[in-house]
Amino acid sequence: MSGKVTIGVDVGGTFTDVFVLDEGAGTARVAKVPTTRPDQSGGFLDGIGREVADLSQVSAVIHGTTAGTNALLERKGARIGIITTQGLRDVLEMRRRDRPRTWGLRGDFDPVVPRERRIEVPERTLACGTIRVPVDVEAVRRAGRQLLEDGCAAVAVLFANAYANPENEVRAVEALRALWPNPHVSASSEILPEIREFERFSTTALNAYLQPEVSGYLKRLEDALRSGGFGSEFMIVQSNGGVMDVATACARPVRTALSGPAAGVIAAGFIAAEAGFPDIITGDMGGTSFDVSLIAGGRSMLAPETSIDFGMVVRTPMIEITTIGAGGGSIAWVDGGGLLNIGPESAGSTPGPVAYGQGNTRPTVTDANVVLGRIDPDNPIGGKLDRLDVEAAGAAIDAHVGAPLGLSTTQAAEAILRVANSRMAGAIRLVSIERGFDPKRFAFMPFGGGGALHTGAMLADVGIGRAIVPRYPGVTSAMGCVIADMRQDFVQTLNVLAGDLDAGRLTDFLHDHLDRGMAMLDAAATRFEARDTVFELDMAYVGQTHTVAVPIPVRVTDGRAEAPDAATIARAFDDTYRAAYGRLLPKGTRRVMNLRSAVIGRRPKFDLGTLAPAAGTLAAALRRHRQVHFGDAWHETAIYDRLALPVGAEIAGPAILEQPDTTVLVDPGLVARVDRFGNTIIERRNGDGA
Amino acid sequence: MSDIDPITLAVLAGRMEQIADEMDATLFRSAFNPIIAEAHDASHGLYHATTGDTLVQGKSGLPIFVGVMSFAVRAVIDKVAETGEPQNGDIWIFNDAHLGGTHLNDMRLVRPYFHEGKLFCWLASVGHWHDLGGGAPGNYNPAARDAFQEAFVLPPVRLSRAGEIDRGIIDILMRNTRLPQSAEGDLNGQLGALDLGVRRMDELLSEYGGDTVAAALEALSDRADTLMRAELTALPDGRWEAEDFLDNDGITDTPLPIRVALEISGDRMVLDFAGSAPRCEGPVNIALPTAVATAYVAIKHIFPALPANAGVMRAIDVRIPEGSLLAAEFPAPVGGYTETILRMIDVIFCAASQAAPDRVVANAYGTINALSLAGRRSDGRPWVMFSFYGGGHGASVESDGLNHGNAPISTATIPPMEILEAAYPVMFRQWALRPDSAGAGRHRGGLGAIYEIEVLEENGAEVFLFGERGRFAPKGVAGGGEAAVNAFFYETPEGWQTPAMVSKMRGLTLRQGQAVRLETPGGGGYGSASARAAADVARDVARGVLGAEAADRAYGTAWREART
Repeated sequence: MSGKVTIGVDVGGTFTDVFVLDEGAGTARVAKVPTTRPDQSGGFLDGIGREVADLSQVSAVIHGTTAGTNALLERKGARIGIITTQGLRDVLEMRRRDRPRTWGLRGDFDPVVPRERRIEVPERTLACGTIRVPVDVEAVRRAGRQLLEDGCAAVAVLFANAYANPENEVRAVEALRALWPNPHVSASSEILPEIREFERFSTTALNAYLQPEVSGYLKRLEDALRSGGFGSEFMIVQSNGGVMDVATACARPVRTALSGPAAGVIAAGFIAAEAGFPDIITGDMGGTSFDVSLIAGGRSMLAPETSIDFGMVVRTPMIEITTIGAGGGSIAWVDGGGLLNIGPESAGSTPGPVAYGQGNTRPTVTDANVVLGRIDPDNPIGGKLDRLDVEAAGAAIDAHVGAPLGLSTTQAAEAILRVANSRMAGAIRLVSIERGFDPKRFAFMPFGGGGALHTGAMLADVGIGRAIVPRYPGVTSAMGCVIADMRQDFVQTLNVLAGDLDAGRLTDFLHDHLDRGMAMLDAAATRFEARDTVFELDMAYVGQTHTVAVPIPVRVTDGRAEAPDAATIARAFDDTYRAAYGRLLPKGTRRVMNLRSAVIGRRPKFDLGTLAPAAGTLAAALRRHRQVHFGDAWHETAIYDRLALPVGAEIAGPAILEQPDTTVLVDPGLVARVDRFGNTIIERRNGDGA
Repeated sequence: MSDIDPITLAVLAGRMEQIADEMDATLFRSAFNPIIAEAHDASHGLYHATTGDTLVQGKSGLPIFVGVMSFAVRAVIDKVAETGEPQNGDIWIFNDAHLGGTHLNDMRLVRPYFHEGKLFCWLASVGHWHDLGGGAPGNYNPAARDAFQEAFVLPPVRLSRAGEIDRGIIDILMRNTRLPQSAEGDLNGQLGALDLGVRRMDELLSEYGGDTVAAALEALSDRADTLMRAELTALPDGRWEAEDFLDNDGITDTPLPIRVALEISGDRMVLDFAGSAPRCEGPVNIALPTAVATAYVAIKHIFPALPANAGVMRAIDVRIPEGSLLAAEFPAPVGGYTETILRMIDVIFCAASQAAPDRVVANAYGTINALSLAGRRSDGRPWVMFSFYGGGHGASVESDGLNHGNAPISTATIPPMEILEAAYPVMFRQWALRPDSAGAGRHRGGLGAIYEIEVLEENGAEVFLFGERGRFAPKGVAGGGEAAVNAFFYETPEGWQTPAMVSKMRGLTLRQGQAVRLETPGGGGYGSASARAAADVARDVARGVLGAEAADRAYGTAWREART
């Protein structure tokens, strides 16, 4: 390993972050370059090039990408077609009979595949797996040729009940692959063999929609890396927080829907656990949103699916992230009833806050921070601008908030922050309480560019004991890329009464998942410290639609899996159900809906001490003093160079710790301490964590 | 008037909304039955100490509850007045729909909240229980001629006295449900939600003080009133009428008119339902609280930014005629209340659109189409597949209507076809959009749906349908056209047949291999069809959702030139 470096690259909306870890030398470097659009590979390669001269010295490149998310949000995927069961052409358009907003009844929906490119063929499988109508393969061929003539770059086969028996889909994709000019042919039973046709069809269709785009992008990146002498593994972060090899990513781009944010949460969990905080709530404040995620006992929560936009459902396991529209660019406004509101409208990063001077005239959260002296107007983050326009920000706050409410500029700016903080605190309360956790026992970890400005407010509003600001909060996602484990998730619907579960059939599926997962780990050039498997059954009582995920003990020895017996499964269900709902149904019949498996290759973590500051003194880190407004007064506030602070340094608020991409605010009454990894721990001054 | 500063007010508004949201979340997580856990057929809020007016209500519950809950609280306030002062730790419980609105499945728990020894406000929780006895499992009994045939009726009684639960009341309830485990699980969930509400209120009041919070609550109501009046002032003065009809009450095949006159003068509005049909024999009656709450749902759809508190309704006078089916007295059956309130919303939209065409969407499909297939499997086990089906939403000034949406009074999603096929012996031959179902217009309505369901079980199945809009189509607004009516067919050896009551049917028997076919209405159109872009018409024809001849009839032939 000596001399070899591992590189994590996170491409966000505004910046591309690069994290370079040289374990041999015990150093880490970070770089931040503007994201290039529409082709993000420019910024990606530029960022790596700044830090690493010789790509042959790189042992792995791991990428967190928003290419897939953006293609979905902006509807810039490929022209695709689908071939589906007679009578079911409109499933993608009908969704689950929902609507975009509860109130107002407005809005319509266009699926990514319009009706004229959704072709029905004779075929039908029943829920029990019996084939009632064998697939008309000639009709499939005709449909395939029609879609090709229509210019489709990918095709998906979506048949009813294919989770129960994939035979018709298998025969259809065989016929299609023989005539389709590229590899972008997929069947719903390959992508997600799980009951629920809309979710399976949507996930499969969105995967097809992304295949040409994302695989082209990843191929360009890989080719450029190889031509620069890179000879090792190129991996992509999935929404579940694990990484996959690039070939898998090209075939399953839909798994990257939350790639970047997931990597951030992985890094946050690792940093917090190393620092002694296994229970944290992360808060990532970007330009338009505040993303909250919860890690309990060192484990992040996984959600089974998400909606990228109305009607665009992706069902693959993903790190659960709750988003509210309160970012730095969120606009503050006063409504007709005289109430101050923040968002949901946002100036984003373009044109951005008023202070950016790029044409927006309505005040944002960032403008309030600028006016109150909390952000240094002379050193804007990211280096795109020379100076922030404090006067314009103040004038906008006066006009839109101060005047209607009868407040001075600073009062109005404080008001904007109070309301924004209150909304952010609300999101934290809800993610913790919804899952039965008391937020008071958690630490808050802000990351992203703006989160660390709002730490004190989170402590005050939620009653959280302390915050931990990672040493490099602006590149957390890039760091997460470097440490994420390799992970494959599998699902198979079984849909049988627990008493009728055939142990042989369960074992077959266990092996199928295990073998495919291990094959991916075997093929990886990366070294794994350990291999883990997780097996769960989605179970419920008959009559319930809500299932609980029941972990089952599966012994794996020499690649052979041993399924637990029926009594063990029943006990495991009872334990899980009791924990979730308090009591069992004495006469209830247990049903097994799905098997879910995860095969995980544990990648080596690095010593976070690598990032720790070198020797230094508090005095040497002090840069200057500045007037900063807190509460109802201006305070003479010490400004420190955060990265120059030594381990053990303690700074009482009010103070500001600056680093190139982040500003950490220490409110009056709080104290900041630098831990042995260079993280900043912020607590109340009396040391009372509770 | 209160003198609370605007920033504290903004913060407290969010905090209190969140208390109600947290109560919702607590019940969704802990409820036993999927109607609450999945379809979120529940609601929580804070209500005024003396009037019962809604102060704050959760955002995630069912829309119809937003207006109806204050009636439940008022019923308890009246009851308490008979029996003395409420004590800290008291909880009242009841399901009587004639006092609390909606239907008998909705179990309401109401709890006084005390601060420093004084009644500060009420907390309430409502949730749809799976079953409460009566003539049909699940209580959707289309043959019910009174409340007793619908479900067990519990008037407001004290479930908890100063913190002591009266086990006897729980025993009575559990003896009157077919699903006692589910019911007790839901009851525990609702009690838990109220406990959480009390804890959160304690925290909030200790942080801000009772006076500040009380001032904030008053200010928020005043503000809602101000917002509503500002909206009304911006609309022209005048009087606009609309009428529509229910197909029948399921017992006698006679159309039942629903009429409204909407009058705006200055910053006030009157919604007068005079001329609506009298109380009927079948279960499409509704109780007075339901009718008033429905007016609120319609208003909030027209003005979606308005907050969810009673201040909104101060400027609005809702007049429901005595003796009408909109104010049916106990023990009139009210199980099919959804159909009637959907029609009320439709006429309010039609009247309001004449005053403010840009603010109002056209009529949605207007029926929940409760369709049930039931029978016995070959091993004797009974099965019942019961679901509601979707249709098109109305078009708006902004866009075409949404295809296949849920009812305006609900946010529930439809179960996946594969879940239904896995659970019951049926196969969907078709689950598709319904061509030619949308109302024409500059923006067309959303498309309805076609569901064709074949019985696979050798013992066959019995079918029951509770629908509407079989004779009277969803209307367009601002000159937009009507959508297609609801159509139901069943297969016989002689071919497809339709029921005598058109949208309602019970006791129909299907044999193995036979099917039913439900074709649901689309939404009404917005604006004149002649103003629709030819390219949009051509696109709909190319996509097969509009027949070429139907396009010619509705839009003329210009679209034929716009084909690409």
